Amino acid sequence: MSSYREDFPIFKGSDVIYFDNAATSQRPRQVIEAMRSFNDSCNANPLRGLYDWSVRTTDAYEAARHAVAHFIGAERDCEIVFTRNTTESINLVAYSWGLANLHAGDEIVLTVSEHHSNILPWQMCARRTGARLVYMECEKDGTLPASEYESKITDRTKLVAVAEVSNVLGAVNPIREIADVAHRKGAVVLVDGAQSTPHMPVDVKALGADFYALSGHKMLGPMGIGALYGRIALLEEMQPFLTGGEMIETVTRESATFAPVPEKFEAGTVNAMGAVGLSAAIDYLNGVGFDTIMRKERDLTGLLLDRMRKMPEVTVYGSEDPAKHCGIVTFNIEGCHPHDVASVLDSEHICIRAGHHCAQPLMKYLGVSSTARASLYFYNTEEEVERFADALTKVRGWLGYGA
Amino acid sequence: MELKQLYREIVNEHNLHPSHKKDIADPTMVLNGVNPSCGDDITLQLSVKDGRIADASFNGSGCAISQASADMMCDLIIGKPLEEAKQLSADFMGMIRGTATQEQIEKLDEAAALSDIAHMPARVKCAVLGWRTMSEMVDKLNAEGPQEATAAGSSECGACADNSAAVCKKNCTSRRCG
Repeated sequence: MSSYREDFPIFKGSDVIYFDNAATSQRPRQVIEAMRSFNDSCNANPLRGLYDWSVRTTDAYEAARHAVAHFIGAERDCEIVFTRNTTESINLVAYSWGLANLHAGDEIVLTVSEHHSNILPWQMCARRTGARLVYMECEKDGTLPASEYESKITDRTKLVAVAEVSNVLGAVNPIREIADVAHRKGAVVLVDGAQSTPHMPVDVKALGADFYALSGHKMLGPMGIGALYGRIALLEEMQPFLTGGEMIETVTRESATFAPVPEKFEAGTVNAMGAVGLSAAIDYLNGVGFDTIMRKERDLTGLLLDRMRKMPEVTVYGSEDPAKHCGIVTFNIEGCHPHDVASVLDSEHICIRAGHHCAQPLMKYLGVSSTARASLYFYNTEEEVERFADALTKVRGWLGYGA
Repeated sequence: MELKQLYREIVNEHNLHPSHKKDIADPTMVLNGVNPSCGDDITLQLSVKDGRIADASFNGSGCAISQASADMMCDLIIGKPLEEAKQLSADFMGMIRGTATQEQIEKLDEAAALSDIAHMPARVKCAVLGWRTMSEMVDKLNAEGPQEATAAGSSECGACADNSAAVCKKNCTSRRCG
């Protein structure tokens, strides 16, 4: 059993197999302790207070910003805007950058495998500006062929919005190559990092991302804290997303001038305790190391795929190569609706996701109305994979198909 | 009832060997009901004569619970007056919400076995799909009157052309948009 598992209180004395890590991850005690320590020692409203606790809260919040910047390779801390989650990060870009910079006839290029959170904000922009959505099609295993981004990113393209890792197939998109094409055409590149940041080292500079969105809760942090990286030149020319307290310079009865980046985009009292938790989660991930995380996930995924290949009634979506899943194994069992599969597995204390995974265009493309998804993380164990696979072999029987 | 037992004793039989999953000849009304978040999609057909449900059937796809529940419902409402069928739908909802009396639950016959779905919030909408579609149909029949509903029966389905209109007078498998 992995020693890291000891750090996660939720697993202590529990027989629950948690295989829904792509939806949200579990939190180690170090994250909770960092938040408790913040809460018990200096909690105050950051940025404005002229007293010790507020100054220390501000310091903790800004240290968290620095940790995120360092974690994803941003050059400057002010390029990191704290948000609630990836969805809010992408919406911030859609409203503040998209509505101001997209025009009728412009094209927004996405992939068919995007999560709804990287589709709906662009549908909104397209409706309001007259820009058009263009979809790059992946192969059935999630691979995005070069011909797609070479042909669909054109002089008309103003924005390319693409996930680094698909939340359904676990496939990694060639962001660097896509960004090179996009930048040659003068387009801006937004990367949805919700599924990549928990599983692999990220360097926004090396990727060529102009915007990069992430969620704390998928990478061991608390819910309600996420971040947006934006290239400083882009952030500076953008109008605020939300307005109100903490984001102003001066306010008169009729108008206001705004604080500099990133405060310009952080209206209202911020989630300082969440940021502290996210920072502790980053420390924890760095302590484990992405080499270990990736190796562990590949081994567990390999074991699971081996077991599933021996079940003729099971269809697995995505690559044959366990290294190309980021721990995500999406599947169907012949004749069984995924919701029934998830329900009977729940009665075995196994947590998986079932449905369309907020990726309906991809489901349609794969020709399925819904699927079941098991998603693993480094703290899962071989024993759990074996128990899960044993349960899978019984699902058809439980649902009335022979014995 | 434990979940696997519920499947074994009730749900699987109706899901794998439904009695009413078919078309009926000359339906008075056909209505499509969907759970967009799960992909459950059924089309319920009712044949109404003299205020009574002469025949009922369904088509479509979905999880075992949505299919089995719709099949059990058809079993129950065939031969019943429209108002009684609507009351049974209300009783079924009441059972799921935990507000139905023992007497009301007993009237649901086999469908009473789904009472434990109340403890599985994620599956409630699967179980109630057929019932809420049927209740909607009774309301429409009452509002439009059987004659009008029959007359409108010749029109094509507007379900996908118009997000608000899910009434289909033909055996349409299209789903409500949106």
